[in-house]
Amino acid sequence: MTTPLTTSTGRTLFDKIWDRHVVVPETEDAPAVLYVDLHLVHEVTSPQAFDVLRRRGLEVRQPDRTLATIDHSIPTAVSSWKNGLVDMDVAARNQVRKLATNCGRTGIRLYGVNNSRRGIVHVIGPELGATRPGMTIVCGDSHTTTHGAFGALAFGIGTSEVAHVLATQCLLQRKPKTLAVQVDGRLHEGVTAKDLILAVIGQIGVGGGTGHVIEFRGSAIEHLSMDARMTVCNMAIEAGARAGMVAPDDVTFEYLAGRCMAPRGAAWDRAVEDWRSLSGDPGARCDACVRIDASALEPQVTWGTDPGMVAAVTGRVPTSGASPRALEYMGFSAGEPLQGRPVDVVFVGSCTNSRISDLRQAASVVSGRRVAAGVRMLVVPGSQETKRQAEAEGLDRIFAEAGAEWHESGCSLCIAMNGDRAKAGQTVVSTSNRNFEGRQGAGARTLLASPLTAAASAITGTLADPRPLLHQARRIA
Amino acid sequence: MKPVDVIRSRTVVMADPNVDTDQIIPARFLTTTSRDGLGQHLFADHRFEAAGGPRGDFVLNRPEAAGCQVLIAGDNFGCGSSREHAPWALLDFGIRVVISTAIADIFRSNALRNGLLAIVVEPEAHRRLLATPGAEICVDLRAGTVSLPDGGEARFEIERFARHCLLEGVDPLGYLLGKEAEIHAYEENSPWTQ
Ligand code: SF4
Repeated sequence: MTTPLTTSTGRTLFDKIWDRHVVVPETEDAPAVLYVDLHLVHEVTSPQAFDVLRRRGLEVRQPDRTLATIDHSIPTAVSSWKNGLVDMDVAARNQVRKLATNCGRTGIRLYGVNNSRRGIVHVIGPELGATRPGMTIVCGDSHTTTHGAFGALAFGIGTSEVAHVLATQCLLQRKPKTLAVQVDGRLHEGVTAKDLILAVIGQIGVGGGTGHVIEFRGSAIEHLSMDARMTVCNMAIEAGARAGMVAPDDVTFEYLAGRCMAPRGAAWDRAVEDWRSLSGDPGARCDACVRIDASALEPQVTWGTDPGMVAAVTGRVPTSGASPRALEYMGFSAGEPLQGRPVDVVFVGSCTNSRISDLRQAASVVSGRRVAAGVRMLVVPGSQETKRQAEAEGLDRIFAEAGAEWHESGCSLCIAMNGDRAKAGQTVVSTSNRNFEGRQGAGARTLLASPLTAAASAITGTLADPRPLLHQARRIA
Repeated sequence: MKPVDVIRSRTVVMADPNVDTDQIIPARFLTTTSRDGLGQHLFADHRFEAAGGPRGDFVLNRPEAAGCQVLIAGDNFGCGSSREHAPWALLDFGIRVVISTAIADIFRSNALRNGLLAIVVEPEAHRRLLATPGAEICVDLRAGTVSLPDGGEARFEIERFARHCLLEGVDPLGYLLGKEAEIHAYEENSPWTQ
């Protein structure tokens, strides 16, 4: 039934997962029919897909393999929730209501407005234990690549394909190529997974992964926590890659053990044994390979209007070759130092950096300090569960005492279609994944950075290297 | 979907590289639950001033762009989000072909599924197309050719199945539904589907 790849060098992680999910092998004339284990659905990219099914009289084939939440268009300000979301945009409200109706009608589990486990789709999948190694996972959202951190094949699809998966649990896919990103060495203190992936994108470019699935490997990757691996895989799409993956290991299994949708007892033991077999065979080769030395990295920040326009925070805007259009939009000039750029807004959140360890990192810098006058800092947990955990640890108080806003979960200022947005001309240091023109509000200027760098910039009021603040914090403690 | 075969049109040129889906249609227009009428928001932040009036200097607002069905785009067009609203907006505006040297994976697949020809040509042919805005060209899907402004033609490849669907008006969902027996057998026999 499946078509094992018969090369003498063995199969990669990607090959193994692909082979397991081939329902009909690909031929010259037709792509493979690929089975989808888990289909994640959100309010923005699904209504037109449900309409297709309704028009054609089709049922959702596997409601139990489908999980829905609301995240993109839902407000996150605490005041909005206290007022029963009265300030919510009419169209957004309609979209959220439509998802509830569609899920109710088809039997899809919805983590909706009143659900205590709702959150950003790429945060709650792992948190619930719905995301597991070896799976194929899709969602009408490009950052589905996040789930690859678990050794799953996870990628974004368009709305037409959402309809395909709803109706058949399958997709038509040509097998992509693979790109190994080998990261050895160790990240220094103050340098995070976010800095690592920004550096990778800076090296290979925003189109560098097109047509490929990236397998992240090497000792630096093995040492990352699951939260950090998710940050890395989240931004694989920003290099144009179809998906990003990390081989599952004990770090993965520890994260998953006991999660509400993870297997238990004997089923857990069997699952772990199977998951261990997924790692690439010795000698298995990717179609292309790049190498990165983690120990050479400094905190990174983007200065332009795509995630490949990136430099060390201690560095400068390139003196030559920078897109004039990007410089003009961002209000930077060639060769200008990055540190010291005045900041208006700081956003800690998004499916890249809104998990508990991200919030802890930001809090560690902010703790006992004040957000600089004139700077607005928003901290938006990725899920209600993460929010509760952070509150149990007292992180919300640390942020509040520093003068930062603590929000309900959601996509918030990552996408600015939910009430949270920056104004034209404002500079935002953001832990999200896209610095495209207008992404955080028409005319807003986004500098992508880690939670540490974002927090340090909030405190100093200008783009700042977080490392000196880390050391001061330790001396105080 | 109506079959696509030969498209003759003048070109409009947007040479910027890495035009992302947030430029093609900003997120604030994604709260719609319909796929119709999105052409009015195409490149909204480039076409319109903050106050709402059109920007005369933006290429799609120039009189000569009216009626052009072919967009010659810079490298790596359509990167970013998976929003199918991007090809819907282009099609609704009247664009039926996008030509570049590289097109982002998800955008390309979304485009082809909706009858928007997303075509990659060699850099030399691309350079000639970029250099000649407003040229009358012919895109022939069956032959896999684009006529170039100064004579000659460029070849392009479109994945065989997508090409078949476009030429014959075949619906991929119908094709998948036809694999019901295989899907059922897979579900019965695959121990690892979790
Ligand atoms: S947080 Fe941002 S990137 Fe992530 S799913 Fe939401 S809008 Fe998309």
